[in-house]
Amino acid sequence: MGNVLGIINLINEKPFLKELTQHRCMASVPFGGRYRLIDFTLSNFIHASITKVGVFTKEKYRSIMDHLGSGKEWDLDRRNGGLFILPPVHPDEKMKGDLEHFYDHLEFFQRSHEETVIISPGYHVSKMDFNDIMAKHKADQADITVVYKDYHGTSVEKPIYHTCTFDEEETVTDIELYTSPVPGEHVCLETFVISKKLLINLIINCVGNGEYDLIKDAVKANLHTLRVKAYHFTGEMPFIHSVESFHSGNMAFLNPEIIRSNFYDSWDLYTKVKHEAPVNYGLSSKTSNSLIANGCEIEGVVEDSILFRGVKVHPNAIVKNSIIMQRGEIGEGAYLENVIMDKQARITKDTVVMGGFHPKVIKKAEII
Amino acid sequence: MVNKKWIAMLLAGGQGSRLGELTHELAKPAVSFGGKYRIIDFALSNCTHSGIDTVGVLTQYQPHLLNAYVGKGSAWDLDRNNGGVSVLPPYQGKNGGHWYEGTANAVYQNIHYVDQYDPEYVLVISGDHIYKMDYTRLLQSHVAHGAHATIAVIQVPWHEANRFGIMNTDTTDKIVEFEEKPDQPKSNLASMGVYLFNWKILRKYLIQDEQNPVSSKDFGKDIIPKMLADGSSMYAYRFDDYWKDVGTIQSLWEAHMDLLGKNPAFSLNDQKWQIYAGNANHPPHYISPGAEVKQSLVNEGCIIYGQIDHSVLSYNVQVGAGTTIHDSVIMPNVTIGKNVTIERAIIANNAVIEDGAVIRPVKQSDDIILIGDRQKIFTHI
Repeated sequence: MGNVLGIINLINEKPFLKELTQHRCMASVPFGGRYRLIDFTLSNFIHASITKVGVFTKEKYRSIMDHLGSGKEWDLDRRNGGLFILPPVHPDEKMKGDLEHFYDHLEFFQRSHEETVIISPGYHVSKMDFNDIMAKHKADQADITVVYKDYHGTSVEKPIYHTCTFDEEETVTDIELYTSPVPGEHVCLETFVISKKLLINLIINCVGNGEYDLIKDAVKANLHTLRVKAYHFTGEMPFIHSVESFHSGNMAFLNPEIIRSNFYDSWDLYTKVKHEAPVNYGLSSKTSNSLIANGCEIEGVVEDSILFRGVKVHPNAIVKNSIIMQRGEIGEGAYLENVIMDKQARITKDTVVMGGFHPKVIKKAEII
Repeated sequence: MVNKKWIAMLLAGGQGSRLGELTHELAKPAVSFGGKYRIIDFALSNCTHSGIDTVGVLTQYQPHLLNAYVGKGSAWDLDRNNGGVSVLPPYQGKNGGHWYEGTANAVYQNIHYVDQYDPEYVLVISGDHIYKMDYTRLLQSHVAHGAHATIAVIQVPWHEANRFGIMNTDTTDKIVEFEEKPDQPKSNLASMGVYLFNWKILRKYLIQDEQNPVSSKDFGKDIIPKMLADGSSMYAYRFDDYWKDVGTIQSLWEAHMDLLGKNPAFSLNDQKWQIYAGNANHPPHYISPGAEVKQSLVNEGCIIYGQIDHSVLSYNVQVGAGTTIHDSVIMPNVTIGKNVTIERAIIANNAVIEDGAVIRPVKQSDDIILIGDRQKIFTHI
């Protein structure tokens, strides 16, 4: 496609994932055995031939910078364009909103040659075809295209989603901010297509008026003056807004059909390459319905679980319905059920850890 | 150009004809190994871990895949501003060009490449062996002896010594005699095909050897014996870890079996000496309910419904329900149907094994079965 600037907006992330985002931003949370959440959006960008990507970070961005590196894994180590990480310009001041942050980096937009901008958060787990979205944006002759999905997630306690309503021509008529959607309601995925020129104007005008919120002050406030169209995203995508929905979103991948549709029958999902050896299964290992990444050594029992790279499961240990992140170690005879274990944590010999409906989260490098 | 203390010349042009169908379309160093690697990864990773940042990879036979795979060397951290990896196929110069006629001739034809870096030492290695070796120890030994050349050797079983180039040494490990595949070996110190030379001396011998019309232009057959005959100071460096020449189907299969078990003879999962491999992006593998995987190595991208025992599965291998795989090596992108039996076999890349096929030697003592690239197997073998 070309001529499109990709923006990954990490400014509006909420602390839904609690301990898992204690040291990292949400986009950097590990997912699916070897990925980070941001890999989905980045890979979707690459699929749409977007070769210049700006990642606007707010806080706790060491982990995401380490993950992204030069952008090589996503073919973003470019002489022209490529990957730009744009951290806060005034880290000592509380950020007033994403528009303020965009304004602080206005030069980044102004100096880009691309005419169109796609803005997306960094935590959507989906294969979203931006070529198709762009095509509709063009056909609609829209000023702004708002991507939405019919809500199918669990009910949320706090009003966290923005929903949109539109007329029969899919012209957006209203955006309701901070709602608790019921199934079928049109949830805004905070993913927009907009011309760069219009975006720059909106940023300058809003900030000049003391308005700092992209969706509220730039999109919603202009629904009646601009041509704002809706795009219905119908692909698979879990709504992740809690530790439970993060757990179930992961577990959805324990299904050969989902694996095939995500990894074999569509474009590649790229991530940082690690040089881990193939998985070593021992004589006493027993693995069932699980996704296992390289570098693991399995001598115990693993059922209905996802093991990230370099996890060790010692003899007679049992891991059920759990997510064990990179370099986790499960001691001999230990028992884990409904657990999310962050990176480098360790369960000592014969220890039992069980979560209930709420998965138990074991913090990074914790030893139990 | 900054001069380098040492550089490596990696001989990767061999056909590996004894690997049969596996090298039908690619050079031996490019053959898949260990579920996710190619044989050349071991030598390249050794270079990286030994701090060698300039490696010339000499290619000739079926070089396309190898050239693309090595690329600019980023997988091995060999994409460097000064030095790095260079793929060196035969070329045309002002006075014409020639195929590489022997290992020594291959380096001879690239004298200018080496001279650019003006190295003190040149390490000559091949892309045919499975081993993890810190070449800096070899260099230390070479310097300590003040040697002109040092040859890495490994003790092989006496009854196999007649298959190797054998070094006869004195008590200080100075080489006194070299015998290529001797009938009556006097020593069991076999050359590993890893040589360290003082470049100025090697350079002289390469030029001299080139002028000898009867020379086969080979390091083992010509250069080493000539240097010895001239009384050069040549030492053996004893290596006592795992090393395997995977030149035959049998040895390739054995080397894979050596990867298995709790304390394998050769471990790929060594955090201090990782083996780097190029361009792989596959999802984690999926083990279904009802599948059983024991004593095996399984790489990313596999989807497994059957039973795997004591085997190595490379990336993107699919194994159907009711299928059993024992003592076998399954190379990348192989599709195996339901109720298949595979024992003591190597299944090459992209093969398709249809439902119900049985692939196993008639007797346990028979040769390992090889199913070639992209073959389709329907029934019994």
